Amino acid sequence: MKIEYYIVLSIALFCIGIVGVLARRNAIIIFMCIELMLNAVNLLLVAFSKMHHAAKGAEVATAGVDGQLFVFFIMVVAAAEVSVGLAIIVMMYRNVHSVDVNFLNRLKH
Amino acid sequence: MNNIIDLAWLVPLFPLAGFLLNGLFRNSLSRPLTGIIGSGAVLASFVVSVLLFLEVKKGNTGVAHLFNFIEVDKLTIPFAFLVDQLSSLFLLIITGVGFLIHVYSAAYMKEEEPPHFARYFSYLNLFVFSMLLLVMGSNYIVLFIGWEGVGLCSYLLIGYWFKNTEYNNAAKKAFIMNRIGDLGFLIAIFWMIAKLGTVTFSTPDSGGVLDKVGDLTAVDITGITLLLFVGATGKSAQIPLYTWLPDAMAGPTPVSALIHAATMVTAGIYMVARSNILYTSSAITQTVVAGIGLATAILAATIALKQNDIKKVLAYSTVSQLGYMFLGLGVGAYTGAVFHVMTHAFFKALLFLGAGSVIHAMHHEQDIRKMGGLKRYLPITHITFLVGCIAIAGIPPFSGFFSKDEILAAAYLRNPLYYVLGAAGALLTAFYMFRLYATTFLGSFRGTEEQKHHLHESPSLMTIPLIVLAVLSVIGGWVGIPEVLMHGAHSLGDFLAPVFAASAEKMEAHSISHSTEYLLMGVTVIGAAIAIFVATARYRRNPELGEPTGFGKILANKWYVDEFYQWLIVRPVNWLAKVLNSFVEKEFIDWLVNGVGKLVNYSSRQVRLLQSGQVGSYVLLMVLSILVFLVLQFFIKK
Repeated sequence: MKIEYYIVLSIALFCIGIVGVLARRNAIIIFMCIELMLNAVNLLLVAFSKMHHAAKGAEVATAGVDGQLFVFFIMVVAAAEVSVGLAIIVMMYRNVHSVDVNFLNRLKH
Repeated sequence: MNNIIDLAWLVPLFPLAGFLLNGLFRNSLSRPLTGIIGSGAVLASFVVSVLLFLEVKKGNTGVAHLFNFIEVDKLTIPFAFLVDQLSSLFLLIITGVGFLIHVYSAAYMKEEEPPHFARYFSYLNLFVFSMLLLVMGSNYIVLFIGWEGVGLCSYLLIGYWFKNTEYNNAAKKAFIMNRIGDLGFLIAIFWMIAKLGTVTFSTPDSGGVLDKVGDLTAVDITGITLLLFVGATGKSAQIPLYTWLPDAMAGPTPVSALIHAATMVTAGIYMVARSNILYTSSAITQTVVAGIGLATAILAATIALKQNDIKKVLAYSTVSQLGYMFLGLGVGAYTGAVFHVMTHAFFKALLFLGAGSVIHAMHHEQDIRKMGGLKRYLPITHITFLVGCIAIAGIPPFSGFFSKDEILAAAYLRNPLYYVLGAAGALLTAFYMFRLYATTFLGSFRGTEEQKHHLHESPSLMTIPLIVLAVLSVIGGWVGIPEVLMHGAHSLGDFLAPVFAASAEKMEAHSISHSTEYLLMGVTVIGAAIAIFVATARYRRNPELGEPTGFGKILANKWYVDEFYQWLIVRPVNWLAKVLNSFVEKEFIDWLVNGVGKLVNYSSRQVRLLQSGQVGSYVLLMVLSILVFLVLQFFIKK
C-alpha cells in the first residue's frame, strides 16, 4: 500500500485526538483522545519503518527496526500512563463527584 | 650568603606579632603588659637590626628571599628583603627611634582605657611593621605594600580619638592626599613593568630596574621619576600635597613624633634615594625635585613663623626640613639627604616628645600663648628641648649643622641661588624655633592658676627617651663631619658610598674650594646665631599674644592654601556631586530603575490573565504554540 494512505489516516486520527482534548470536558474522553494521538504516532512510525525496510532491507538487514522499537517504548509508557491517569480520575471522582476537568481550577488561586 | 641576612625577616616579624597580640587580646591585656609587648617587639627588631647593621658594615649585603609573591607570564615579583647599607641604616633609625617613642607612649597614653591603649599600641606596631616592609623590600611592589601600610596606619592613628569629628576629617584628609600621591607611584610601577618587565631594584645578574637604566629612553626615565616623585610628594608632604601633615597633628603627640616627623614622612626620601640612579639620569626631574623641595622648605618655614599651636610649629618645621631633604636629593647630594633624614629623626622626635611632655604638664593645652616660663617647672624637658632647637637651627657641633651644611654645600655647587634661598630658609628655621622656645619656656607663666598648680615634670618613662634623643641629637652628626673640617671623618658617606656609586659615577665630580666652603658654613652659622639671638631677645619679654595683622595674618592663615584648595577642588567636586545627586540621580537613574520595576509589574499583571485554571485553555495554547513553531520552522528553513 502507498505510504500516503498511512499518513492521511494518522493525521486524521491525530486531529480527532486534538479536537477531542480541546473540546471535551469529560476527563475520561480527554484521556481516550490522548491515547488516540499516541496511537496515531505509533501508526506513522510503523508505516515509515516498513517503508524504510522495503527500501534499504536488501543491504542492511536491520533497516527500519528502530521505528518499531520506538513504538514498543511508546506503548509501554502509555500503559504506565493509563494506570496513573485512571487512578487520578478515580480519586477525582471520589472527591468532587464529577469527572469534569473544569472543576479542577483551584491552582489558579 | 650568611646566616644573619637570611634571618632578616625577623625584623618585621616582631612588630607584626606585637600588632596581632595587642590587637586581638586588647580586651584582656592590662596596660603594663600591652606596653611591654608593644615596646618589646620593637626592641627585638632593634636588636636584630643592630646585628644586620654590623654585618653590613663588614661589607656583606644580600637579599633574603622568602617566596614568589606574583608570577605572571614572564613577570616574577619575589617577596624578598634587601639588606644593604641604605636599608640597614633606615632599620636602625626606625626601630631605634621607634622603640624610644613606644616607651614614651606607654607613659603618655596612660589615661586611656586598656582596650584603647592596646588598640593604640597595636596600630603603632603595625606602623613599624609597614615601615620596615617599606625599607626592606627588594622591589617596588614590596615597597609599595609598606607604603600603603604606613598610609593606613597614619589614618588610623590620626583618627585615634575617633569621637572627634575634626580629628576624623584630618585623618581622611591625610588618607586622601596620600592616595593621590600613591596613584602616581602606582602608574610609575606599571610603566616600569611595561618597559622593563621587572620591578626588582637590582639583581646580581644586572636584571633589575636600577641596572637597566640604559635601556630606557629619556622620556621614560623622566616620566617614571616624576610619577615616583608625585608619590613622594604625597607621603613626604611636599608642595602641592603637604597640607595633610599639619592637620595630622590631631593624633596623639607620640604619633606625631614617630610617624609625622621621624619615619613615615621620610619614606619618600628613602624611595628617591633608593632609585637614585634613575633620578641622576634625568636632569629635568632633578630640577623639579630641587625646586619643589626648596619652595616647600621656604613656604613651610614662613608659615611656621606665625603659628601658635606648639605642634603646628613643629609640623611646619617638619615639612620645611623635608623640603631640605628633597633639595639635597634634587642636587644629587643623596648622602646628605639620608644624613639629614637621620639627624632630623633624632631632633624632630626629640622636639615632638618634648612638646608632648609640655602638653602633658599643661593638661592638653597646646597654645604657646598660654604657656611661658616653663623652664622652672620642667627642667629636663627644657634642657632637652633646647638641645633639639639648637640642633635644628644648625649650630655646630650639634647634629643638624652637619647634615644641613652638606645639603647646602651641594646646592651651592649646583646653583648658587639654591644656596641663597636654602640659607634664608635656615635662618627662618632658627628664628621660628627660638620663637617657639622663648615663648614656651622663657618669660613668665601666662596660664591659669590651676594649671600653674599642676605643673610637673613628666615621669621618667617619658624623660629617659628625651635624654637619649637629646644625646643623639648632639652627637648624631659626628658620623658625617665634612672633609674640610676633619679629613676622612665622613664615615656615613663612606658607608653609604656603594648605594650611590652608580650615581656618583654619572655626576661630574665638582669640588668646592676650602675657602668657599668655610664661607658658606660661616654665613649660615652666623646667620642662624643672629636669628636665635633676635628671636630669643624679642619673645622672652614680649610674646605675641594678640591676633596677627597685615602680612602676619596671611602667614598665620597658612598663605590661605587650604582655602585655595577648598575653592579649587573641594567646592567644584561638591558642586558636581550635588548636581549629580539632584539631577542625574533623580531624573535619570531613578527613572530607569523605577521604570524597570513598573514594567515588570505591569507585564506580569497582564501575563497573569493567561492562568485561567481552565485545562482546556492551557491545551489550546499549547497546541497553538506548537503550530506557530511548526510554521516558523517551515519558513525559516526555506
